[in-house]
Amino acid sequence: MRRAINIVPGSGTRILLALLPFLLLACLYVVVSAERRAANPGDKLLPPIAEMATSIDRLATEPDRRSGDLTLWSDTAASLQRLLIGLGAAAAIGLVLGLTLGLLPVASAGLSPLVAVISMIPPMAILPVLFIVFGLGELSKVVLIVIGIAPFLVRDLAMTVAAIPSEQIVKAQTLGASTWQLMLRVALPQAMPRLIEALRLSLGPAFLFLISAEAIAAESGLGYRIFLVRRYLAMDVILPYVAWITLIAYVLDWLLARIARRGFPWAYVQETRR
Amino acid sequence: MSQIRVHNVWMEYGDQIVLETISLDIASGAFVSVVGPSGCGKSTFLRMILGQERPTRGIITLDGAALPAEPGPDRGVVFQRYSVFPHLNVLQNVLIAFEFAESPFTAKLFGAKRKAASEKAEALLEAVGLSEHAWKYPSALSGGQQQRLAIAQALAKEPKVLLLDEPFGALDPGTRAQMHALIKPLWRERGMTVIMVTHDLKEAFGLGTRLLAFDRPRIDPQAPERYGARIIYDLDLSRDGPVPVLGFSRPIETSTVSQETKRSMPHA
Repeated sequence: MRRAINIVPGSGTRILLALLPFLLLACLYVVVSAERRAANPGDKLLPPIAEMATSIDRLATEPDRRSGDLTLWSDTAASLQRLLIGLGAAAAIGLVLGLTLGLLPVASAGLSPLVAVISMIPPMAILPVLFIVFGLGELSKVVLIVIGIAPFLVRDLAMTVAAIPSEQIVKAQTLGASTWQLMLRVALPQAMPRLIEALRLSLGPAFLFLISAEAIAAESGLGYRIFLVRRYLAMDVILPYVAWITLIAYVLDWLLARIARRGFPWAYVQETRR
Repeated sequence: MSQIRVHNVWMEYGDQIVLETISLDIASGAFVSVVGPSGCGKSTFLRMILGQERPTRGIITLDGAALPAEPGPDRGVVFQRYSVFPHLNVLQNVLIAFEFAESPFTAKLFGAKRKAASEKAEALLEAVGLSEHAWKYPSALSGGQQQRLAIAQALAKEPKVLLLDEPFGALDPGTRAQMHALIKPLWRERGMTVIMVTHDLKEAFGLGTRLLAFDRPRIDPQAPERYGARIIYDLDLSRDGPVPVLGFSRPIETSTVSQETKRSMPHA
């Protein structure tokens, strides 16, 4: 009998094993939902899948009676717009400040403690401040996402840049590089793969801040819809919406991983060799 | 011309003296090997000439002018590891030296300028025998090939002084012999002054025209940090004799009891 640590699944088995837990969970849901319905025909907690499909079909294809929009798609567009602007702004801040702090000792001495303190502010605690300062519109939601994840990106990138071997920095200087050239051609390209990895890790928090902001004050958005229909205990809308958000997050994560490997193959050499 | 003059240089970190009373003249075009036990300050000596560290006392001049306090294109360097840029392929690694000089803002060259620089870079790769690997990333190269690339990079700026910090220390003996066969003609052709720190005595004697041995001649058991390393042997290897000549030897000067006490107990 071989040891368990030496049993490696083939590629076919691997897919099967990956699908198995999902299928089991789906089966479990169907069975439990049917049982609850049998006991109480008015049960709202675990609606059957057919009911969820009808609700989502209505939200995705029938224009809303008041606004005339297709609710699912307008919600998705509003949320994605906020999320992507927030992530983009945070990435830009993270890159500029991270490179500066990681490379320039003076900048690091002056700003690192400030960044460390700011990163400890719980973003949700200053959400009211954001609403007061930036109003209830799009800006306050985007700013919440930026405040939530930019400090993490700045610190992570500053550490990555500072960890570039000093040999490389000295070598670049002996090749005649100025500080700016060093930042542009030595530090920036080596920070990019890490920026994308850090953005992948930030997707979870970014969605958290997005949904929270939308739950409190918004007129559209995935989080807004979930918290709106909560009043009617409309699990047939909430559960598909949660699944939809999860799918969007998963696809974004996958896209970022592909971009990193396509754009910076040298950073993933170890991976392909394995 | 690339004459280095080191005048009464001391290197101290706080109370600890690493190097003391280092004085020497290195003639233009010399190949100086630096040997000594681990931690005796030979890499510190190299970093001072590189401009990465500043001596606590004394001055170092290159062709009569004081060395700038930061690394610059007049002094090329090859480290034992991490000398090449992992995010650039072999050709780009050499090309970047020309790009730094000719494109101050974007540090990128395009069109005819890029072509001209590429040709120069390819000639350098040819000289170190890396032509057929021009499109590989450094991670795909062997240790010896990475060091060849680092040498090609360093030569791109045509430095007056080439500093080698245990450049072949991580290579197997066969590859090391190949690297020796590569570096010696390159040094002869280009007339650079080379300073090489090494642990390998055979390498030091085989390549150098002059050999410096660093060590701490005195150790005070009560205050081991109060005496730094000096140059204890300075051999002229350029003459074709069977035995190296103590060409530049210097006796250790005597000191009085009060001087000794002052050094061992600086705060007493």
